[in-house]
Amino acid sequence: MSQVIVPNTGQNLTQQPSGPQIQRLAGELGKHALLIIVSIVFLVPFYWMLSSALKDNNQIFAFEPQWWPNPVHWENFATAINFPGFPYLRLLGNSVFYAGAVTIGTVFSCAAVAYGFARLRFPGRDLLFGITLATLMIPPIVTFIPTYILFATTGLTGSYAPLIIPRFLGDAFYIFMLRQFFKGIPADLSDAARIDGASEFRIFWEIMLPLVRPALIVVAVFSILYTWHDFFGPLIYLQDPMSYPLSLGLYAFRSQRAMEWALIMTASTLTVLPLILVFLFTQRYFIRGVAMTGLKG
Amino acid sequence: MAIAIPTRQARTRTMPRLDREARAGLLFILPWLVFLVVFTTYPVIGTFTLSFTDYSVIEAPEWIGLDNYQRMFFQDSSFWTAVENSAFYAAVSVPLRLVLALLLALVLNLGVRGISVYRVIFYLPALVPPVAATIVFMLMFNLDTGPINVGLRALGLSPPDWLRDPVWAKPALIILGLWPLGIEVLVFLAGLKEIPQDLLDAAAVDGAGRWRRLVGITIPLLTPVILFNLVIGVIYSFQVFTPALIIGDTTGEPLESTLMYMVLIYRNAFRYFSMGYAAAQAMILFAAVAVLTLLIFRSARVWVHYEGGER
Repeated sequence: MSQVIVPNTGQNLTQQPSGPQIQRLAGELGKHALLIIVSIVFLVPFYWMLSSALKDNNQIFAFEPQWWPNPVHWENFATAINFPGFPYLRLLGNSVFYAGAVTIGTVFSCAAVAYGFARLRFPGRDLLFGITLATLMIPPIVTFIPTYILFATTGLTGSYAPLIIPRFLGDAFYIFMLRQFFKGIPADLSDAARIDGASEFRIFWEIMLPLVRPALIVVAVFSILYTWHDFFGPLIYLQDPMSYPLSLGLYAFRSQRAMEWALIMTASTLTVLPLILVFLFTQRYFIRGVAMTGLKG
Repeated sequence: MAIAIPTRQARTRTMPRLDREARAGLLFILPWLVFLVVFTTYPVIGTFTLSFTDYSVIEAPEWIGLDNYQRMFFQDSSFWTAVENSAFYAAVSVPLRLVLALLLALVLNLGVRGISVYRVIFYLPALVPPVAATIVFMLMFNLDTGPINVGLRALGLSPPDWLRDPVWAKPALIILGLWPLGIEVLVFLAGLKEIPQDLLDAAAVDGAGRWRRLVGITIPLLTPVILFNLVIGVIYSFQVFTPALIIGDTTGEPLESTLMYMVLIYRNAFRYFSMGYAAAQAMILFAAVAVLTLLIFRSARVWVHYEGGER
């Protein structure tokens, strides 16, 4: 019914434009003008990072700001990759290892725990789940100090162990998210398998996991992003600069060579680039994931 | 092997199966139980206990009662500076983010063409690691050659030397924190998509204009999402660390103006190794965040609209 009353937009543009149509066109232009201005504001830092990465220091601080680097210093990338304070390939490898290990641990542990909370009944389940949600409010620093002391006394500081081990045990937020998905699966499926004598583990592994695969990918994508961004954990736990992930390596590079702005920008570009590439391919999951966090919260 | 076909009569006999289910359930959540004990309960109790001690990791902790708290409140001016800085940051940045993100989401939700392109542009900054983002903004904020000041000068203003001016360094932190705003925009946008179109159409039929529909339907139905972004924003803004450390180092340059509360805790714990003192400051942060979120959830009863009155 409403379609009859609310006029269609954009279909009669070939006809003689009437007053409301011109108004609508103006509105459309206004919206785009606003969105394009905002987009430019969001994109300028990217442009500045990239263009500064292709300048030398004199160009960066030239009295007349150079919007386009002239000349273009492509060799900055080769220099940055081999720069003594910034062993890029090594740092990239460390980041891939860190993100990979954390993500594998997070996906499997959170899937199992979320399944337990969602589909199996055991005494104290709802209380435990309530506690799990409550822990989301605890600022991480509150648990950080004793955890650090614990790892320091076991001699594990200076390695990735303190950064990775806890992630193999679960994460409150992802458990919460995945539980919603497991709850959405009809009970008949698991009941039928149970009658056929399948073990709980087989039901989980062979029936349930494939069904929540999109949600698992969302968790994986978020976990990679979070680990790639992580600065505080590596800053506290890692000591050998050759073991740093990219974020911490970039920080160390800037602290030591505070004047090498051009190379610092090149290094920043190299730090951001792998993530941008990954996410341009997984953006569907990323957007869906963000949408889920807000709605189910 | 007994094949249990669940009939009504067999209810009583299914008790052993329930036990099996319970055992399996506990096994599935076992890793998380370990986490809750080792990495949540033990450290929370640990931080609380440590806050009454003097502990440098090398020597055994020494019980000093409330000395850490007394020192913090009455002798350490850095503590109050950090509290003020973080409070200022939160008070400005949380409402600013909410309003800007909501406005952008509302514009995107007007049914513009090419929305997917805008969406990508808006979330792209959220992919940039905070360390890299901060470093890029240090150039952006440069007095003479940074695009921000070049732009402001083009508008006829005489812009400040952001990161070297104690008055402008904190606003600069807030501005660079706005770059990854796209996340909140996407969350709002997802919330807007959930609002039933029939409701808006019906209101339009009844003669409600754009503004009436926005204030009367869209905003009330969006309040749960606003609450979510508000709580996350408050919790997050009190824990800003990376940009503050990179720009102001552990001393909060210039003149302690960027000394955020998390930087203060980091400095005490991992530069001075005053673990007991840092633990006391962590407990204060915990209490502040807990009280604030509690107040927000309390107030939510008044202003958050839950459809069907559930939860």
